Amino acid sequence: MPFMPVKFNLQKRVKLAQGLWMLYWLSVIVGIVIFSLGIFFKIELRKRSELMDNNESHLVPNLLILVGALACAINAFGGKVCHDSLDPMKFTKWKPMLKPYLLTCCSFNVLLLLTALLCFLMQFAVYLTLAEGLKNGIKFYKDTDTPGRCFMKRTLDMTQIEFRCCGNNNYRDWFEVQWISNRYLDMSNDEVKDRVFSNVEGKFLMDSVPFSCCNPGSPRPCIQHHLTNNSAHYDYDHRTEELNIWTHGCREALFSYYSSMMNSMGALIIITILLELEVLSLERTQEKFFSFKSRSSQQHSSSKLTSELKHTTLIA
Amino acid sequence: MVVGKVTFTKLEREKLAEVLWLLNWISVMTGATLFGLGLFLKIEILKWQEVMSDQGILYVPHMLITTGLAACCINFLGGKICLDCADTNKFLRWKLVMMPYVICTFFFTSCVLVGALMCYSIRGQLEESLFLGLRSAMRFYKDTDTPGRCYLKRTLDLLQIQFHCCGNAGYRDWFHVQWISNRYLDMTSSAVVDRLRSNVEGKYLADGVPFSCCSTFSPRPCIQQQVSNRSAHFNFDRQSQQLNLWRRGCRQALLEHYTGIMQSIGLTVLLIWLFELLVLTGVRYLQTAMENVLRLGDPDSESDGWILENSLAETARSNFNIIKNLGKCYQTDNDPNINVPTPAVEQEVPSQLRPEGSLTSGTPQVQNL
Repeated sequence: MPFMPVKFNLQKRVKLAQGLWMLYWLSVIVGIVIFSLGIFFKIELRKRSELMDNNESHLVPNLLILVGALACAINAFGGKVCHDSLDPMKFTKWKPMLKPYLLTCCSFNVLLLLTALLCFLMQFAVYLTLAEGLKNGIKFYKDTDTPGRCFMKRTLDMTQIEFRCCGNNNYRDWFEVQWISNRYLDMSNDEVKDRVFSNVEGKFLMDSVPFSCCNPGSPRPCIQHHLTNNSAHYDYDHRTEELNIWTHGCREALFSYYSSMMNSMGALIIITILLELEVLSLERTQEKFFSFKSRSSQQHSSSKLTSELKHTTLIA
Repeated sequence: MVVGKVTFTKLEREKLAEVLWLLNWISVMTGATLFGLGLFLKIEILKWQEVMSDQGILYVPHMLITTGLAACCINFLGGKICLDCADTNKFLRWKLVMMPYVICTFFFTSCVLVGALMCYSIRGQLEESLFLGLRSAMRFYKDTDTPGRCYLKRTLDLLQIQFHCCGNAGYRDWFHVQWISNRYLDMTSSAVVDRLRSNVEGKYLADGVPFSCCSTFSPRPCIQQQVSNRSAHFNFDRQSQQLNLWRRGCRQALLEHYTGIMQSIGLTVLLIWLFELLVLTGVRYLQTAMENVLRLGDPDSESDGWILENSLAETARSNFNIIKNLGKCYQTDNDPNINVPTPAVEQEVPSQLRPEGSLTSGTPQVQNL
C-alpha cells in the first residue's frame, strides 16, 4: 500500500522540478535585465549630471545594479539545486543548505520591495535636483571661459535641442539672466551701456533666447531676439505665435523622461517580486515533497522488513 | 576533362549530406541577416530621401531584400534535399529537382555578389543625387506654404542639427539662396526694397544662415546674420568665426554616413557570398556523386563527384548549343514523315537533261529532232 503514493508523487515532483527550474532561469534573465537597466540609468544620470549640479543621487541605479546581480546569483544557485533535486545522490549535499537559502530568498524579496519603493519615491528628489541644476545652468551659460563650467553652454544647448524645451519653467527664464558674456558686448556702444545701466545689478538683460530654443517645425525663420516686441518683426504677434520656439520648460521635459524610466523600472521590480514569491512557494512545496518522500521511503523499507521477517518465519 | 574530380565513399557521401544539411540551415539564418540588412538600409535611406533627387539608390536595399528572401527559401528547400541525399532511395525523389536547385543556387549566389558590389559602386550616383537634392531643398526651404514642400524646412533643419553640417558644400551656399520667404519680409522697409532691387532676379539675398547651422561647440552665442563681416560684431576674431557655424557641407556629411553604412553592409554580404559559394560547391559535389552512384547501380560503391563534367569551354559550348536548339523545336529537319527534297535528288535532274541540250536557266526549250 505505501508503494502507490510514492509513484504518483514522483511524476508530480518531476513536473514541479522542471517548472521550477524554468522559473529560476527566467528569474536569472530578469535579473540580467534589471542589472543592465541599472547601468543604463546610471549612464543617463551621468550624461546630464552637469544640469543637476553634479549633485544627483546615484542611490537608485546602484541599488538596481546590486539587486540585479544578487537576483542572478541567487536564482542561478536555485536552478542548480533544482536541477540536482531529481537525483537523490546529488541532492543530499544541497539538503542542509535549503533552509538558509529560503531565508536568503525572503530577505532578498524585502530588498526588492525597498528598491521598488525607492524607484517611485526618489522621483521627487530628481525633480528638485533638476529645478536647482537648471537654474544654475542657465546662470552659468555664458561662462565658457571659466574652468569647470566651460561645457555648460554646450550641454544646455544640446539638451534644449534634444528634449525640445527652452529654459527652466519656460522661455522667459532666459529674459532674467545675462546669457551673453561681457567679452562679446561692445561696452562703447550706447545701446549696450543703456541696457546695462538700466539694470540694478548691472546685467545685460534682453528679451532674447539662444538659438537652441528654436523650433525647426516653424514655418518662418526663427525669431530669437526681441521676442516680446511685435513691431520689431514683420507680421509677428508673440501672444499667438506658438511654433517659433519651444514652449515647454526643460525641467518638465527632463523630469518626464527620468520619471518614465523610474516608473518602468519600479514596475519591473514589482513583477520580479511576484516571480520570486511564486518561486519561493514552489520551492516550499518541493521541500515538503522531499520530507514526505523520506518519511514514506522509511515506511516502505520498514514494511518490507516486516514482510521479509514474516516470510522467513513461515519458511521456518 | 573533368573539373575538380573527387572520389567519395558511401560514408563520405553521408557525411557530406549531413554537413550540407547543417550549412543549409546556417544559410537560412544568413539569408535572414541579408534581409534584415536590406531592410535597415532602406529605412536609413527613406529617412532622408527628401534631400535626394533620384531614388536610384533604393536598388541596393531592394536587391538585398529579395536576395535574402530567395536565400531563405532556397536554402530551406536545400536543407530538406541534402538530408534526403544521405540515403540513395530517398535521393530518387529529388533526382529531377537537383539540377534546377543547383542552377537556382548558382544564380542567387551571383545575385548576392552583385548586391555586395553594388554597395561599393553606388557612391558616385549617391553623391550626384545628394548634390542635386540638397540644392533644390535649399531653394524650397522658404516654401513652407507650398503643398509638397511644407516639411522641407523642418527636414533640412533637423539634418543640419543632427549631422552637424551647413549647406551643400559649406555655409556659403545659403548666401546664394533666398531662404526667407517674402511673406515675412516687410516690403515697405527701404532696406528690404534696396536689397531686392540690387539683385538681378529680385531675390532677397543676405549673408545670413538659418539657426540650424549654429554650432553647439561655439563659446559665444551664435551669429547668424552678417556672418562674413567680422567688423559687424564685437570681438569676432578668426577663431570665433571658425567655431561659430558648422564647417562641413551636408552633402559630405550624408555621403560619409551612407558610405560607412554601405561599406560595412557590403563586407558582411561578401562574407555571406563566400559562405554561399562553399555551400554551392558542396551541393554540386553531392549532386554529381549521387547521380554517379545511381549510374553505377551499386548504392554502396565509391563514386566520383565533380564540379564540371567537361572543361569550362566545352560546357559553355554545349550549353550554348542547347539554348540555340531550344528555338528550333518546331523545325522539321529530323521528322521522317515529311517529304523534303534531298540535295542528291536535285542534282540528278539537271544531269539527265544535259546531253540533249543545255538548260542554263531552267526554262523549257523545244528540242530540234
